[in-house]
Amino acid sequence: MSKKITIALAGNPNVGKSTLFTAITGKRQHTGNWPGVTVEKKSGSVRHHDTDIEVVDLPGTYSLTAYSQDEVIARDFIIDGKPDVVVQVVDATSLERNLYLTTQLSELGVPLVIALNMADMAEQRGDVIDLQKMSKYLEIPVVRTVGSKGEGIGGLLDAVVRESGTSPHHEHSIGYGDRVEPVIADLIEALRQDPALTSRYPPRWLAVRLLEGDEDAEKKIKVSRARDAIYSILSGIDAGEYEALMADRRYEVIAAVLPQVCTTCVGEMTASDLIDRVVTSRYLGIPIFLVLMWGAFELTFTVASPFMAMIEAVQEYLAGVAAGIQPGWLATLIGDGLIGGVGSVLIFLPNIFILLFLLAILEDSGYLARAAFVMDRLMYSIGLPGRSFIPMIVGFGCNVPAIMATRTIEDTSDRLITILINPFISCGARLPVFVLFAGLFFPENPGTVIFGLYVLGIVVAIASAKLFRATILPGKPAPFLMEMPPYRLPTAMTSVRHMWDRGSMYIRKAGGIILIGALVIWALAASPAGVEYGSAASYAGMIGQAVQPLFAPLGFNWEMTVSLIFGFVAKEIVIASLGTLYGVGEDAGALEGALLADPALGSITALAFMVFVLLYLPCIATMAVIRKETGSWKWTAFSIVFGTAVAYLAAFIIARGGALLFGGVIP
Amino acid sequence: MNQHDHLQKSSDSSGTVTTLDKVPAPGKCRVVAVPARGPFRTRLLAMGFVPGAGIEVLRAAPLGDPVEYRVKGYCISLRKEEARLISVSTGGVDP
Repeated sequence: MSKKITIALAGNPNVGKSTLFTAITGKRQHTGNWPGVTVEKKSGSVRHHDTDIEVVDLPGTYSLTAYSQDEVIARDFIIDGKPDVVVQVVDATSLERNLYLTTQLSELGVPLVIALNMADMAEQRGDVIDLQKMSKYLEIPVVRTVGSKGEGIGGLLDAVVRESGTSPHHEHSIGYGDRVEPVIADLIEALRQDPALTSRYPPRWLAVRLLEGDEDAEKKIKVSRARDAIYSILSGIDAGEYEALMADRRYEVIAAVLPQVCTTCVGEMTASDLIDRVVTSRYLGIPIFLVLMWGAFELTFTVASPFMAMIEAVQEYLAGVAAGIQPGWLATLIGDGLIGGVGSVLIFLPNIFILLFLLAILEDSGYLARAAFVMDRLMYSIGLPGRSFIPMIVGFGCNVPAIMATRTIEDTSDRLITILINPFISCGARLPVFVLFAGLFFPENPGTVIFGLYVLGIVVAIASAKLFRATILPGKPAPFLMEMPPYRLPTAMTSVRHMWDRGSMYIRKAGGIILIGALVIWALAASPAGVEYGSAASYAGMIGQAVQPLFAPLGFNWEMTVSLIFGFVAKEIVIASLGTLYGVGEDAGALEGALLADPALGSITALAFMVFVLLYLPCIATMAVIRKETGSWKWTAFSIVFGTAVAYLAAFIIARGGALLFGGVIP
Repeated sequence: MNQHDHLQKSSDSSGTVTTLDKVPAPGKCRVVAVPARGPFRTRLLAMGFVPGAGIEVLRAAPLGDPVEYRVKGYCISLRKEEARLISVSTGGVDP
């Protein structure tokens, strides 16, 4: 007969937990979100002998306080999700800090197993860890694992299955000493007045949390009948002092156990230290960071271009096939709507995946923490943490992976601001529009104009961040307190999986929104029946002409206004759309001629138009990722409205300012 | 042992007591007390900044802030304004 159990993987960040999770579950895993929040939840399953094991990967945490959303998620799952066994993944090279979490997990009253991970690295540097003694002193089964090589998985699952049968048989929580224990005993006594509470939460754990001033625990007490008794105990003591005593005691216990367990503990991170001496050094730190980023872009565009050519070729072939379909409306639905609309988003997938892959390598190698370290001072001055810098840089390639990269930002409002300002960073799709217009209307110095547009994007992003900090999301960036994990050689497998997880999740979650968006635009462009696709006679054309008076102060004619609607699919579509509207099709030379010949278009209007394209609403793909990462339509709508308002304002200033300078008429 | 002694254990009374942000890199010191407040204090304690813990000041970032430290066998960085919330003693620390 087969048995079914659930286990949770807990552990500090950077201990190889995801790698171990993959080693355990293989391909049988799926990614979702924790209920109510945008934190990623991974779960998977594995069959071990006659036991079906469901594995849930908890967010990486240093402790189980209520400091961050991640910590609350982890501890709520352990308490409410009632896993049969919790496996703590411990970094064998950093036992002291890792075991701090162990002391907290052991208070939760669930069977615990320790996976002593990255054991090979500890052994390589000469550490000798006695697993049996460790097991004995901690009263927790300890299994040696090397997640990256898949070592020790069988042994770990054996231990898990063995433990799952037991109730938490040993009271292996630590004693906090003569001053703290009587208070804990009083608190437990008081908590027992509320059996509903104590049957749900281990009383000792709750008492310890209360002593530590844990906000989440206090919330639970507020509605409890034990409230008054608890308050009278807590009001009589200096909780802050008790908190320090308890933290100190936990480390004391660890310090007492460690020398017995780890007989030769080197504890040095010489290699990492040597690398950091260069990589974060005063004069080389920032140049090295910039060179790495530049290299990442070079690599992205070099590697992506053949893939993009392939996608384009397939797209053209399919469009050719679709053209033959009867009836005609179906042909344009498939040809223009699906293949054209979705295809113009699809063309960026190689860029997105390669950027995600490079980000995974930066993250897995430990460099991402150094980048945040090096850039924090600069970012802090605009009200953002150092971790916001990488998403801003990646935004120059594509805003989609950039916004996904904000996942490494812990604090919610830091992360939200970083997401909201990202669309102002000029992505690769806007460049063709700038190249065309700057080349035509600023033939003397197109490079300077394009460079200026990029700078303007950065300036608007920074100004917006400051504005948000001053208004809707006030405050300072969250405290830094960032671990600098030792450098590690990322394995190709892990980084590819990392990339694939994020990329495929994006396609699944955003695909629907992109498809709907593309079809709506198609429907507007192809109806009423019989019109030329995207022409003035179509609904899109009519809308453009109807709202054109709104854009008249910016100097935009109706062709430009309509093309902006199509730019919502992807910003480079603006060009193709202008081609249709000027009746020159895909002939680039003819479009250039038509634009130059248009009396409504002068250099000032062209500049206003480029600025508008730079700043106005994010493309569908970006909108979809904003929706996915913020988990909120409200913020998505805000991003669209705010971007467009800023774009209008900026273009207005240029158009009217230009008109004033050059006298009445817009040249 | 009274509470005051307990919190200051293993710090040498002959050392100068200052705040962590004032200790230049490279250097060493020992935590005397953590006068930070609220959840941030809980986090500092969990990360190993407990009274008595030895800290190695490794290096400052290129723009002078934040600063990287070694504590409890691993490396962590803090902004100066956060390091200011940790009292340390520079005396009586192993060289």
